[in-house]
Amino acid sequence: MKALRYATLGLLTLLFVSPLLFMISTSFKTRVESSRTPPTLFPEEPTLQAYAHILTAADTPVFRWFLNSMFAATANAVLVVATAALAAYALARMEFRGRKVVFGLIVATLFVPPVILVIPNYEIVGRLFWLDTLTAVIVPTAANAFGVFFLRQFFIGLPKELEESAYLDGANTWQVFAKVVLPLSRPALATLALLAFLTNWNDFLWPVYVLFSPEMQTLQAGLSTLQSANNVRYDLLMAGAVIASVPVLILYAFAQRFVIEGVSRSGLKG
Amino acid sequence: MATTTATTATAPSAAAAPPRQRRTNQPIAWLFLAPYLVLFGVFVLLPIVFGLWISLHSWDFTLPGKPFVGLENYTALLDPSSVSFDPFWGSMRATGIFTLFSVPLLIVVPLGVALAMNQRFPGRNLFRSIFFAPYVLGVAVVGVLWRFLLDANIGLVNHVMGTLGLPDATPWLSSVPEAWVALVGVTVWWTLGFNAVIFLAGLQDVPRELYEAAEVDGAGAWSRFRHVTLPGLRPVLMFVLMVTIIASANMFGQSFIMTNGQPGQETRTAIFYIAETGLQNFQMGSAAAASWILTLALMLTSVVVFWLFRERDGSKA
Repeated sequence: MKALRYATLGLLTLLFVSPLLFMISTSFKTRVESSRTPPTLFPEEPTLQAYAHILTAADTPVFRWFLNSMFAATANAVLVVATAALAAYALARMEFRGRKVVFGLIVATLFVPPVILVIPNYEIVGRLFWLDTLTAVIVPTAANAFGVFFLRQFFIGLPKELEESAYLDGANTWQVFAKVVLPLSRPALATLALLAFLTNWNDFLWPVYVLFSPEMQTLQAGLSTLQSANNVRYDLLMAGAVIASVPVLILYAFAQRFVIEGVSRSGLKG
Repeated sequence: MATTTATTATAPSAAAAPPRQRRTNQPIAWLFLAPYLVLFGVFVLLPIVFGLWISLHSWDFTLPGKPFVGLENYTALLDPSSVSFDPFWGSMRATGIFTLFSVPLLIVVPLGVALAMNQRFPGRNLFRSIFFAPYVLGVAVVGVLWRFLLDANIGLVNHVMGTLGLPDATPWLSSVPEAWVALVGVTVWWTLGFNAVIFLAGLQDVPRELYEAAEVDGAGAWSRFRHVTLPGLRPVLMFVLMVTIIASANMFGQSFIMTNGQPGQETRTAIFYIAETGLQNFQMGSAAAASWILTLALMLTSVVVFWLFRERDGSKA
């Protein structure tokens, strides 16, 4: 039974890890070797040619895409966490007329299929003159309903006494929020920031259509440009894929507990 | 200076503490909500209404005139003699096929993995991290990688199959049904970990005592799964099912990158069609109408699935 489990899980691990290793291996092969049959598992003459080529090609500025993605995903994560934390705190701790309606409306949109927003948001972003700018991939997805839901649950679970005593010490609502609640919520805020960063980094359909200039692409959208520019140059495509995956894999390696925690909670409380 | 302000600030508010504890100060609540609500209003609520409005017009993003056409965009999509009928319903069919085959696999396989990992054993967290890893890669990375691995001539998949004595020239990406096998398989590879992690968290919430009680009653492994695990997991199962249906019905990147909708337009999904029609050919009225039809189909599916699960629950009790 025990052996069976390890055999199954081991086989699955091979299935999950080997494609990624082969991607890395291919990115260090020469053009010819990358499409040789039968394929070589490890590069016979390891080279950085593929990286040198895609990092300097003018029509596919991969390094610029990397910076674009970094900037967009970071800005989006900050915006998501800031707006969701403020809103969630109001919904968790303050009493005001319309609270149930606001919360109900936000939760209801969790079940709205995103396809319904694509066409009108393109028109809205066009009218704001944001097309072909990073603002178009940063701002429209910043109203994160899951984030409000998730942080509200977390705030409700915090012991009220700490906030009460801060009020007794003369703090105002903003001070209580910024100096008592936020520091206590670091794990939840980090989880949400990570999930938002990953979602934005990996977003595909929207950046493919709202960004057109070669230098404006995000890495994910750029990869499809790279593919149409170098259809069967698998050495180049794998190098591009490695550049697009290494940052998120590193982030994941260090913060996987937060990521997995966030995802598991989305199921339990959704 | 700082100390004086601090003391003067403390004195009155300490005196006013009891009424303040209720904190029914509405303006502050709305100030906290404002940044979120502005974004929410402009990019979530407004588009829902605006999309309906666009769908009632002959709306070209690049043209100044956008004449009102009533329900024409909808009737065109529903009329078999119109030019948009075949491409649209072909894409709806592609989405239907993909959803029908991917959803059961995306429930059963992750559930199996979660069950296999629902015990303490050395390396458990490592396995969990590995199975989840592909999910943090975007669809573009996953698509580009697997297009390479599945290449009919030089791909690793056909090579490995050949060495195992299996067919070694399968056209994974250029022929149907092979392309569906490829698209579904890659999607399972990509998102298995996501569903498994949610299932695993759900399994850990099923009370141990129930298993122990079932064992005392002489229930076997299957019976324990059927009568303890499944009922305990029901809410999580429903959630994962809904999320997976929505995700599968919104499939775009995999076929955009791996098959480009080919062969013919067999693997062009509904979202692919909507994006091409609205954001490339700028027939936004028609595309908006198509996205409402897709959404209605999706809502109908959800209701049916919900109802099916309710039924079974009732009959069992």
